[in-house]
Amino acid sequence: MRIQCPICGSRDRREFYYKGDALALKRPAPDAGAEAWDDYVYLRDNPAGWHSELWQHEAGCGAWLVVERNITSHEIRKVTLAEDAT
Amino acid sequence: MRVQGKGLIDRSRPIGFRFDGHRYEGFVGDTLASALLANDVKLVGRSFKYHRPRGIYSAGSEEPNALVTVGRGAGAEPNIRATVQELYSGLEARAQNAWPSVGFDLMAINDLAAPFLGAGFYYKTFMWPKAFWEKLYEPVIRHAAGLGALSGQANPDKYDRGFLFCDLLIIGAGPTGLMAALAAGRAGVDVILADEDCRMGGRLLAETKEIDGKPGFVWVDEVLAELDSLPNVRRMVRTTVTGAYDSGMFGALERVMHHTAQRDGGAPLETFWRIATKGAVLAAGALERSIAFRNNDRPGVMQAGAVRAYLNRWGVSPGKTMTVFANNDGAHQTARDLLDAGVHVAAVIDSRPDAPDIEGVQMIKGGLVKAASGGKQLEAISVIHNGTTEQIATDCLAVSGGWNPTVHLTCHLNGRPQWSEDIASFVPKMGAVPGMIAAGSCNGEMSTAQCLADGVKAVECALGITVKVDVPAAEDDPYRMRPLWAVPGKGRAWLDFQNDVSVKDITQAATENFSSVEHMKRYTTQGMATDQGKNSNMQALALLADATGRGIPETGTTTFRPPYSPVALAALGAGAQGKGFAPERKTTSHVFSEKMGAPMIAVGLWYRPSYFPKAGEKTWRESCDREVGYIRHSVGICDVSTLGKIDIQGPDAAALLDFVYTNMFSTLKVGRVRYGLMLREDGFVMDDGTTARLSDTHFVMTTTTAAAGDVMRHLEFVTQCLRPDWDVRFTSVTEQWAQFAVAGPESRALLNGILDAPIDAESVPFMACGPVSIGGVKGRLFRISFSGEHAYEIAVPSRFGESLFETLVARADAMEGGAYGMEALNVARVEKGFITHSEISGRVTAFDLGMERMLSAKKDCIGKTLSWRAGLTDPDRERMMGFKAVGAAKMLTAGAHLYPEDQDAHRVHDQGHITSVAWSPDLERYVALGMVRGGSARLGERLRMVDGVRGIETHVEVVDPVQFDPEGGRVRG
Amino acid sequence: MVELIAKSACAGLLPLKIGGLLAAEKDLGVLTAIMPFIGQDKAASDMLKAVHGVTLPEAGRVIGDDDTRIIWFGRGQVLLAGPTPSTDLAQVAALSDQSDAWCCVELSGAGAVDVLARLVPIDLRASAFPKGHTARSMIGHMNGSVSCLGSDRFLMMVFRSMAGTLVHELAEAMETVVART
Repeated sequence: MRIQCPICGSRDRREFYYKGDALALKRPAPDAGAEAWDDYVYLRDNPAGWHSELWQHEAGCGAWLVVERNITSHEIRKVTLAEDAT
Repeated sequence: MRVQGKGLIDRSRPIGFRFDGHRYEGFVGDTLASALLANDVKLVGRSFKYHRPRGIYSAGSEEPNALVTVGRGAGAEPNIRATVQELYSGLEARAQNAWPSVGFDLMAINDLAAPFLGAGFYYKTFMWPKAFWEKLYEPVIRHAAGLGALSGQANPDKYDRGFLFCDLLIIGAGPTGLMAALAAGRAGVDVILADEDCRMGGRLLAETKEIDGKPGFVWVDEVLAELDSLPNVRRMVRTTVTGAYDSGMFGALERVMHHTAQRDGGAPLETFWRIATKGAVLAAGALERSIAFRNNDRPGVMQAGAVRAYLNRWGVSPGKTMTVFANNDGAHQTARDLLDAGVHVAAVIDSRPDAPDIEGVQMIKGGLVKAASGGKQLEAISVIHNGTTEQIATDCLAVSGGWNPTVHLTCHLNGRPQWSEDIASFVPKMGAVPGMIAAGSCNGEMSTAQCLADGVKAVECALGITVKVDVPAAEDDPYRMRPLWAVPGKGRAWLDFQNDVSVKDITQAATENFSSVEHMKRYTTQGMATDQGKNSNMQALALLADATGRGIPETGTTTFRPPYSPVALAALGAGAQGKGFAPERKTTSHVFSEKMGAPMIAVGLWYRPSYFPKAGEKTWRESCDREVGYIRHSVGICDVSTLGKIDIQGPDAAALLDFVYTNMFSTLKVGRVRYGLMLREDGFVMDDGTTARLSDTHFVMTTTTAAAGDVMRHLEFVTQCLRPDWDVRFTSVTEQWAQFAVAGPESRALLNGILDAPIDAESVPFMACGPVSIGGVKGRLFRISFSGEHAYEIAVPSRFGESLFETLVARADAMEGGAYGMEALNVARVEKGFITHSEISGRVTAFDLGMERMLSAKKDCIGKTLSWRAGLTDPDRERMMGFKAVGAAKMLTAGAHLYPEDQDAHRVHDQGHITSVAWSPDLERYVALGMVRGGSARLGERLRMVDGVRGIETHVEVVDPVQFDPEGGRVRG
Repeated sequence: MVELIAKSACAGLLPLKIGGLLAAEKDLGVLTAIMPFIGQDKAASDMLKAVHGVTLPEAGRVIGDDDTRIIWFGRGQVLLAGPTPSTDLAQVAALSDQSDAWCCVELSGAGAVDVLARLVPIDLRASAFPKGHTARSMIGHMNGSVSCLGSDRFLMMVFRSMAGTLVHELAEAMETVVART
């Protein structure tokens, strides 16, 4: 698999670290309540299809990326810098 | 036997080789298979299960029978297909899976027991008693069945790997692939053309048909010459594209040195390439299928196309009296080529009553070969025709049941091929592998002219360009074939030669309701051998469809997965053997530490000294105790450069630290150091370490050695994903600084001997930091301690690391101190109750460590909210305490579990476990840290400690984690 | 006064000559990581141009020569190689001394690109990675920096502690490439 890093271009998957659902970008306020925090830290959808997720180009430029990937085909339709996503 | 005037071999260059100890001769250009056939060696192996005699069946990588072991000793390579092994001078090959020899194989007794060994016999027979499986059944089966054996020695061969990039990868260099390469190459496209054969041309080397009025191989040579003149075309021979992967990635195995005996020149045996391409053309061709009949596995029964290949490419006739059995026109060419070469063709049997005639040969139209006879090789066939059976003497039967497109790679991303009634086979589904276009006979185009045209079309389609290239004139015969999968009759008719699967096994599977193709496959092992059913899956599917009363498309096909043909694990793991397995990170003191005899231990990728032995010391403990004495009573030196160091700068640097640490850093004064605790968002402890403030907007964070990478990634996540608006910048400076702990009562005195300007208690108090100069070299000094002693860490740019370490150790030696290693470091920190990742196991909270007071109430931080969950603050949680032995045994061990004194050592009574243990030479007893339910509420309580692994049991008392100098007076000096 | 002796990352390991390939340690001078603060890219670039004669390179580019070179070094970070940076730069960017953090090796000679193709998983074709291009990627299992300094001339950088591993990996790949040509 290859990922199109917005900074470095197309790179081999081995250069990237996978974190998981891009939901991790939406950190709740400290007083948001147990449910919001449970959702943020633990609850994840597992869609058979398009998934917005966080990868880091760890062995490359270091940028955190939001990658829209189809879990069933590994097709990637969009990659953006996480810093622009929030 | 050799046929005069035929073949592309170099008859002026004979080569000697050995097979099963016998010496033979072949020519340059031969494969081991062609040379064996030229020498009339028919029997080359035994089948996997029944040990039936087997001969060469094909002329390519799909070969199911002729698996041999090449070479001897540690470098011997088993399961090499003789059909792809190029002949070289001195080649030594041996038959496999036969004992004592391939000619007289005692294991052939299995064949007589065949009625008891049918499909699913393992599952039915070896069910009980359970204990027999491991001790009796499995060893016996393993001995009886099998492929070649490994040498059992370390593999001496070198394997190599690499990455390649191109705009168009063309897989296969037959007529389609060559034409595609020519079209793309002339258009200036960056092309890789890969073919598994040592010589490009595919079937054009095996056929007598002309292209552009020239013999096929002449046209091939012309094309290759042109391709080689193009700088944008890279030709890779002996290279099998083994798999198609996501986003235009392909795996390819190049066999670099298998064709030569010269393997010691530094070149690898094989190279595994990972190829990234924009587009690909799959021109993998087609594989000829067989027709099953009784004893159709006898040596001498071969693919009709393979017979033509042996004749036309290698100048070999596999038999003296040839026969052909086919259901299609194409196979008739075998008879014609043989006749033209002067080989006797006894008969051509065609299952179709309306088959065309062949001049000069006895044609049996509408005939069927019912059985083959002969012991270790074919002697005759019985042919049924118009109700009568006729015996025809023959030593080689060329069989063709039609052709199956080589669709394998199109299925590697889960694509299913589609049934084509026209050719009674599966063809690739368009778009099954994004960017890859199947063309030529692997796409169901069966004439040479169609293949050539399709090659050009595929390039246009793959790249979205138009290319101008003249397609040369070539054979354009229609593909006339009427499906015939098996000849009905008694006896065993074979499908999968490697796994000894017969037609009856398939029908039995259907009868027993293993009617799904995936179930049938696993029940019968059809297609599960090293050829992965290339020679038989299509027939098996058709027969299963018949047996279950379904059509073939409804029956479906099994899944083709990479690799296309076998790949050695050594090739997949190339570059990761020995030192290539993981990088070694060495500190600047590494060489000097080794010189002092220190055993080095791995800490992550780093290597650190365990201890520094002195003459007369018999155990590591003696050295360790002495080194702890340095720390406690004079001065010790330890390299701590492996700890992660992160340079953090910017207006929001303090805000970042406040956010990632539980405690406050914005209040830290410039020139001071503070200990920090870092949590994960779920409230558990991630890491700890000290951070120094060098200026208002400049900090240096220290991480543990083990978590340095994780912390760096965490900081990147926080700043890029959660707080991108913060103006803060950071980078690792772990490698920039060589840093050494100088610990012990004499530490300041030692430092004042080397610092350009002396320090005192007022200029550098506890937890102070600042710049220093050592012989004019600018360094940094931190007054921090991981031992509870008056201690410092001194850092200099790494180029001076070795020199400073030597200087510090020499000075310490002169003060009755010296270097200390990880063992002594560990003793000192356990005595003081300082944590490492033994305690920060990923399951502990700040509360568990007794550090809940470090959770600042004044600010938010990562992990703060969830760390206050009820479950994580339950006073009954396992919390860190110290332990000392009070039982008869004074030994404590890390990993041992704790139980109430009056209860069994059973998990339901578990009270916690010991995490770290050290022998304290000053306290003259073991000191331990560990986790115990209730934590400090258990202070003074006695518990049972049981180490089930080492068989150690004693009693312990729960004590304060700080067991040495609890008042902490020493650290302030 | 004590005298500390400097030792380079590859001391005793390089140069390494195999066939026509040469791997040699390269002294790049002072190395400074420059990380412009938010909105300060242009100011940093202008200042670099005025003082050191090089601008802030765009992603994937390396500018300059052996006296003063500036290498793009990752997201929001460049590496100034050669001169001691002007202290004025600290007004607009975080500066971090990296002079001792990296093991810098120049690989040159016919086939150098084939050596790299065995270690670095990026497109190294002349069309994709000509002179003046640089990348952060992997060298074997190590994270590092690769720059093209000219035809069959590359600069490779990995953490100083991994110098031994880099030389080992290079030696293996160089031997392979030479044996195959």
